[in-house]
Amino acid sequence: MTAEIGHFALILAFLTAIVQGTLPMIGAHRGNVAWMALARPASVAQLLFVTIAFSALMYGFVVSDFSIKNVADNSNSAMPMLYKVSSTWGSHEGSLVLWVLILALFGAIVAVSGGNLPPSLRTRVLGVQAWIAVGFLSFSLLTSNPFLRLNPAPLDGRSLNPLLQDLGMAYHPPFLYVGYVGFSMAFSFAVAALIEGRVDAAWARWVRPWTLAAWSFLTLGIAMGSWWAYYELGWGGFWFWDPVENSSFMPWLAGTALLHSAIVCEKRNTLKSWTILLAIVTFSLSLLGTFLVRSGVLTSVHAFATDPARGAYILGFLILVVGGSLTLYAIRAPLLKAGGLFAPISREGALVLNNLLLTTACATVFLGTLYPLFLDAIGGGKVSVGPPYFNATFGPIMIPVIAVAAIGPLMPWKRADLAGVLGRLKLALGGAMLIAAVVWYLVGGTAPWAPLGLGLAAWLFAGSLIEWAERVKLFRLPLAKSWNRARHLPRSAYGMTMAHCGVALVLAGIIGSQAWQVESVRLMAPGDSVEMAGYSFTFRGVRKLQGPNYSIDRGEFEITRDGVPVTRLYPEKRFYPVQQMPTTEAAIHTTWIGDLYVAIDESRAAAGEGDGAWSVRLYFNPLIPWIWLGAVVMMLGGLVSLSDRRLRVGAPRRKRSAVSEQPSPPEQPDPQAA
Amino acid sequence: MRFKFIIPLLLFTGVVTALGVGLTLKPGDLPSMMINKEVPEFDLPPLLDRERGLASSDLAGEVRLVNFFASWCIACRAEHPLLNRINKQGIVPVYGINYKDKPEDAKAWLDRLGDPYSRSGADVPGRVGIDWGVYGLPETFIVDRESRIVYRHIGAISAADLDDCILPVIETLRASALAATSISLPSFCQRTNRQFDLKSNLQTKS
Repeated sequence: MTAEIGHFALILAFLTAIVQGTLPMIGAHRGNVAWMALARPASVAQLLFVTIAFSALMYGFVVSDFSIKNVADNSNSAMPMLYKVSSTWGSHEGSLVLWVLILALFGAIVAVSGGNLPPSLRTRVLGVQAWIAVGFLSFSLLTSNPFLRLNPAPLDGRSLNPLLQDLGMAYHPPFLYVGYVGFSMAFSFAVAALIEGRVDAAWARWVRPWTLAAWSFLTLGIAMGSWWAYYELGWGGFWFWDPVENSSFMPWLAGTALLHSAIVCEKRNTLKSWTILLAIVTFSLSLLGTFLVRSGVLTSVHAFATDPARGAYILGFLILVVGGSLTLYAIRAPLLKAGGLFAPISREGALVLNNLLLTTACATVFLGTLYPLFLDAIGGGKVSVGPPYFNATFGPIMIPVIAVAAIGPLMPWKRADLAGVLGRLKLALGGAMLIAAVVWYLVGGTAPWAPLGLGLAAWLFAGSLIEWAERVKLFRLPLAKSWNRARHLPRSAYGMTMAHCGVALVLAGIIGSQAWQVESVRLMAPGDSVEMAGYSFTFRGVRKLQGPNYSIDRGEFEITRDGVPVTRLYPEKRFYPVQQMPTTEAAIHTTWIGDLYVAIDESRAAAGEGDGAWSVRLYFNPLIPWIWLGAVVMMLGGLVSLSDRRLRVGAPRRKRSAVSEQPSPPEQPDPQAA
Repeated sequence: MRFKFIIPLLLFTGVVTALGVGLTLKPGDLPSMMINKEVPEFDLPPLLDRERGLASSDLAGEVRLVNFFASWCIACRAEHPLLNRINKQGIVPVYGINYKDKPEDAKAWLDRLGDPYSRSGADVPGRVGIDWGVYGLPETFIVDRESRIVYRHIGAISAADLDDCILPVIETLRASALAATSISLPSFCQRTNRQFDLKSNLQTKS
């Protein structure tokens, strides 16, 4: 019964979306206020229906109703409740409902809180959102209905893959979807602006919070995914350049570019058509990711559910949404008034460079992901593009991005003095060189690029802090005055400093873990000790335990440094009887300079070799925790910047408060940056 | 000047065309070219620190699985325990072809996760993979006694794939006294929409 209620609610949401996408749009075109007003209650109704559908599906998982096919395929009565709940979006069908739920939620937020938007723009934004919802809802209803019944119902379900029965894995899709859907908001604003034929600074201000929110969550989602790969797959790798990862990384790169170009659009009232295009491209890449992952076009490269019917559906949707918006762009963008020209050496010049580099990087990833497909399509045979391509092309493009990220924020708008800016970065340059030299001296030339990479990270980190210090005039005014300035700096300024520092941390983490991982694979009997990276690992044996839906072999390791106990680690080998599959749960001890990483593989007693001996893998992964620390700092930076925006709701009020919030003298570099 | 605003649309048209063609190609249909044909000729050197390599002549005489794998492929990692189980329980010999991998990486990978392959060869340049029509990893082929390719499985093998498709095919091949000219695949194999555990779940990693 619940499943049917969910199914009907989904159909109602679909119908509501059709109404929301047509009548108010016509109303906006004709200036009919009553028809336009329909958009707001319709979005709220749509949210209500989708919420009912999603809750109904989740209820099916919670009570393990195996007469629902989706539940039977993806859940199992022995699974812990946490994973029963997360299985709701663990399948293709369920994840679509989650997608639509977040979409409806965002639409409703605009409807309820968008009182300050011009009514015609708000109506059109909601109308475009509704069409996206129509696309996804019909996709769900026509090709991927999550509420299909099974008759007779099986006694138990097939269960989620054990590798995926993990917190990081189970709970990162919602973050990714908030990211994707957030970009749909930027897209809707862009298309609405094209329909209106008007893009101004105020428009950019409305777009930016959505982009920021989307970007922050996408950052976190990607980080959680790579964290999962790191500890669950168990050999210290964290990024594989596979199409699934790339399809979340491409929107991130384009979204990062959008974030920066929207600043130029807002502050200098220029770069408008480019910003619009980026908004369209960013969401298109999110859609493309959905297509790649679910259509089966690249299915053979990795494992997804393949269904050509679904692929054709998404492709048609892609053509309508992206083709339609780009056609609109081709017609309308030339009519947008171009802003003034500007000098290459200026804040906006640096942001344009940032945009060029980031979009190039994005194009590189795009090409690498789709190249096998292109070649195949023209009959050029089959190839597979691996990590070497990405490492060779993506890395070099990111070097100037990071180098410029330290310089750009110090430049004033309109015209800057490059020599002067670099002069202020002397300290950062010195610090970077010092770090590179020290690292070179300590570890020698085993990986010659590593000291340079760490130097680059130090450059960005120090450069970002110097920019902050300049702004509060640290040490040039009495500390009390600096403190006062620091307190009155807009939050978006802190957001930028944090995000840039986060990037530096991520870079350092990547470099460190790639260059100096220490590894030891060996057979250990209880009592054996191994010395590695200055730590001593003593194996204390393995105990058998029972988990909720798996059995456990839990190893115990005692770790000491110079005889002083550091920690105990308990790596596990789990066995899931339903799937007859073992998984490895590594045990990780995180320190500031790296991770101690222990995993157990196989008992050799079974093979008749010695008693109680296990094959064991020990790693020291230097700096690797910084990757996730950096990602979290980046995300927090985004949220801090976002909280600044929220203080300024209301377009007219916004201008006043924007002025009153900045008591800084006019020569102060403008604080509005990522 | 107006022309530049059309460029994105033109680029997109190109991409969509390629995607559309890619969809009609359906990598899942590719085996039709190789199915029921003898395996392409090859002679691969052994993996690092292993004695025997793998050649096409080794494939005759018995029903076997040929699995293309690489240390850089996540899905390979996911299906690996299953291959280990097939090997341990002696269900069917699994031959491995290590595709476009660094020799030391491949060795480390097998040392860590266990080596399920009765024989294996290193296809570092990826030539053999191209001859077999391997599009991405992992891919698994069922090869009959006449060293003909009977079935091609794309993507990681799940427990359901093994039980409901691969094992029945192998049973049929073993049972048929004559070399089967063509066997009818179990319906499970033909489902384009195999979406049990791994496949449907890994996709949420998008």
